[in-house]
Amino acid sequence: MAVGKSPVRKDAVAKVTGKARYTDDFIMPGMLHAKYVRSPVGHGIVKSLDAKEALALPGVEAVFTYEDVPDIVYATAGHPFSLEVDHQDVADRKLLTKHVRYHGDEVAIVVARDPLTAEEAARKVKVEYEEFPVCVTHEAALAHDAPKIHAGGNVIKSHSFEVGGNLDQALSESDVVVEGEFKTPVVQHCHMENHTAYAYMDDHEHIVVVSSTQIPHICRRIVGEALGISWGRVRVIKPYIGGGFGNKQDVVLEPMAAFLTMKMDGAPVKLELNREECLVSTRTRHSTKSRCRIGATRDGALKGIDLDLVSNTGAYASHGHSIPSAGGAKSVNLYPRNVVKYSALTHYANIPSAGAMRAYGSPQVIFAIESAMEDAARAIGMDSVDFRIRNVAREQDVNPLSQKKISSAGICECLEKGRKMIGWDEKRKQYADQTGDVRRGLGVACFSYGSGTYPVCVEIAGCRLILNQDGSVHMQLGATEIGQGSDTAFAQMAAETLGVDYDKIHVVSTQDTDVSPFDTGAYASRQSYVVAPAIRKAALELKRKILGHVREMTGKAAEGMTIAGGKIVNQNRPERVVLDLAEVAIDAYYHKQRGGQLTADVSHKTRTNAPSYGCTFVDLEVDVPMCKVKINQIINVHDAGVIIHPLLAEGQVHGGMGMAVGMALFEELLIDPKSGWVHNSNLLDYKIPTFVDIPNLECAFVETVEPTSAYGHKSLGEPPIISPAPAIRNAILDATGVAVNEAPMTPKVLFRHFSQAGII
Amino acid sequence: MQKQTISLTVNDKKFTLDIDVRQSLADVLRKQGFTSVKQGCGVGECGACTVLVDDMAVDSCIYLAVWADNKKVRTTEGECRNGKLSPVQQAYVDAGAVQCGFCTPGLVMTTTSFLERNRDRKVTREEIRTGHAGNLCRCTGYETIVKAVEKIVDVAEEE
Repeated sequence: MAVGKSPVRKDAVAKVTGKARYTDDFIMPGMLHAKYVRSPVGHGIVKSLDAKEALALPGVEAVFTYEDVPDIVYATAGHPFSLEVDHQDVADRKLLTKHVRYHGDEVAIVVARDPLTAEEAARKVKVEYEEFPVCVTHEAALAHDAPKIHAGGNVIKSHSFEVGGNLDQALSESDVVVEGEFKTPVVQHCHMENHTAYAYMDDHEHIVVVSSTQIPHICRRIVGEALGISWGRVRVIKPYIGGGFGNKQDVVLEPMAAFLTMKMDGAPVKLELNREECLVSTRTRHSTKSRCRIGATRDGALKGIDLDLVSNTGAYASHGHSIPSAGGAKSVNLYPRNVVKYSALTHYANIPSAGAMRAYGSPQVIFAIESAMEDAARAIGMDSVDFRIRNVAREQDVNPLSQKKISSAGICECLEKGRKMIGWDEKRKQYADQTGDVRRGLGVACFSYGSGTYPVCVEIAGCRLILNQDGSVHMQLGATEIGQGSDTAFAQMAAETLGVDYDKIHVVSTQDTDVSPFDTGAYASRQSYVVAPAIRKAALELKRKILGHVREMTGKAAEGMTIAGGKIVNQNRPERVVLDLAEVAIDAYYHKQRGGQLTADVSHKTRTNAPSYGCTFVDLEVDVPMCKVKINQIINVHDAGVIIHPLLAEGQVHGGMGMAVGMALFEELLIDPKSGWVHNSNLLDYKIPTFVDIPNLECAFVETVEPTSAYGHKSLGEPPIISPAPAIRNAILDATGVAVNEAPMTPKVLFRHFSQAGII
Repeated sequence: MQKQTISLTVNDKKFTLDIDVRQSLADVLRKQGFTSVKQGCGVGECGACTVLVDDMAVDSCIYLAVWADNKKVRTTEGECRNGKLSPVQQAYVDAGAVQCGFCTPGLVMTTTSFLERNRDRKVTREEIRTGHAGNLCRCTGYETIVKAVEKIVDVAEEE
């Protein structure tokens, strides 16, 4: 059995020894380097542009401006193509722009023989701007007299739903209705490897793009769209990537790299962003402002949730309204036996573009809902855990939005487990009625999430298995390893079904759209769930072919045999070895009369979407006069179905928790409301947690078995980031009695809230 | 462009190089094929380019290559000998401390230096955290990295 164990991850040795090659580790002779000329104003239009001085610099090969790029408006969001026109992404940008919409927007690009010259030349391009009024905040962007950032106005889209009954009626049947306003900040992924890509042509037709991307096949399509060329002319190669977290689920550099190599007669051109550019000019998480109402009866029945959310997508739509749309929809699985009314609006503003980031809207939505749930529990005088246990999803509940039955739900058990682990009941008593300077508090919050994007998007995955001459198996996937460990989990699945050892499965980690099976890539915590059926089908097919060849070799009926431990054995008496797999393979390859290369190549569409669940428990102390929070203990408990690889699963949970602690307590991209200037576009001033800022992270699992899943598992990549922030907010409330309805809960923010509440 | 000739050893191999005096040690090492030296910020904030110069951990992106003249440089490529991982590398593998891997080579070198500095004494978890605070990681929440280090140092009982 391979599933459920923790073998050494496939890429661990390559990564600790420095042998793993990332995009920047490939260098081609004659490689040229490109550098953007960026807008120093938040909103405006180019009046004049003079590149003479830049072009005169030795080593500069070319300068291209907004006048030189294709007159094609395209969309960058890394979604699968949609056959429904209404569902296609918002096309709102060209490769370069005359109308600059945020501080950092791209008006021109320099190509030079080395990066230093490119940088110097970019500074020498003289650009004059006519400045327009800047709108940064929700209020400014949605004001009646707000300047139009795009021709269609500043609202991209809005939508709403009301499911499970009528909200007004539900609230009128409630004993208590609580209401709060919530704010979440602009945060950034800060993957350690910045965005980087290079492109070259290997004949007059074909463009090769090597890129640090989560979505090579989608990237290929968007490069084709942006340049107005047929998609088959583009080949995207994805080597190891240094983290993505959604920021590389957007096609940021690749169309430009492809455009430049076409302009430079196919010479290799590299476009590598520095950290400052990466923080401002890739994507961020949407900041939101929301109003949430929750109605409940005194006996603890949740009657209705009403959430009204405004989401700021910045200068360009990128994933735009899909974010609040998905965040709202995925959260309905959490409390399905009550009314949920949700309305959301997404608007443009003159700030960096927001796109996909780990958990895609859910952290913002759940921050509001789980904070309001806490307020509701307190208002009815019920224990916060009990109130949630009473109302969370149970198996066989029907999601009122999707109308689908929930076939595995371990959230009750997660809450029970977390409550025990943290010592909730004892600590609750102990922490009651504190008055000193340093006060301790307990907090809890839950979440639900999806496993993929179905039915909103197509869920297609591909797997190819090849039996090698030595009995080992090569595995090719379109799904991408981005650090989460998918190559390892996929190898375990193949080993499990095929009956060979994990060590004998070699996963081809690099995706190459000319070679790799089609798959849309790493996002939406989809891969383990939607790729698994393709792997299982491919493994079963290869197994059938192998046993078929054994029958040809031995004359024995294939039905009586199976594969175990890399050997062909008698099905009923597995200790009886018929043949070694290597013997079968070599015969299949080289026997002159029979056999052939034994392979399986499967493309599979998943038409289900299993909800995953979990919760965070936190024990913290607040130094009230210092307005400082110290986390003493934090635990995430997850229902991700069957755990494929416990060690990697824990790693995903730790990583999400760490990022969530950052969002809750430290991180915010600070943007000047008047100019749109980003104050902290570097890793010194933008505070991602360091080793000393993060408490010990604990996690646990409740293993349900999801019947729609090939190996019983559900999503786990993004979910761990969702519930820590509201749990921390709820614990601060528990400690101090002050509801801090905004993140990050920095000393500055706490000072404002504590002052208003009169506790300092 | 001013050039200078420097001599240094990298992972016990001698190099004599004509370099642009403006170049960072990170750039020079990468050009020689030591691509484990990653660049995450270029200004000494993230630690992904950490190498040991005369056994001391430095951010090689803000360490001029000319300063490495006559010095001994170590990168993670050289820590693995004859196909055998160093104890630090092995601990990272065993603890599940590797995810995207971009911060890993730098962290391996920081831990290597930490381990060598603390050979004869017990260290606390707090000291491990402080001793690694110059290296950022966005994948692990640092939990498994702390555990990897604890596998190979003499851990002091927490008070």
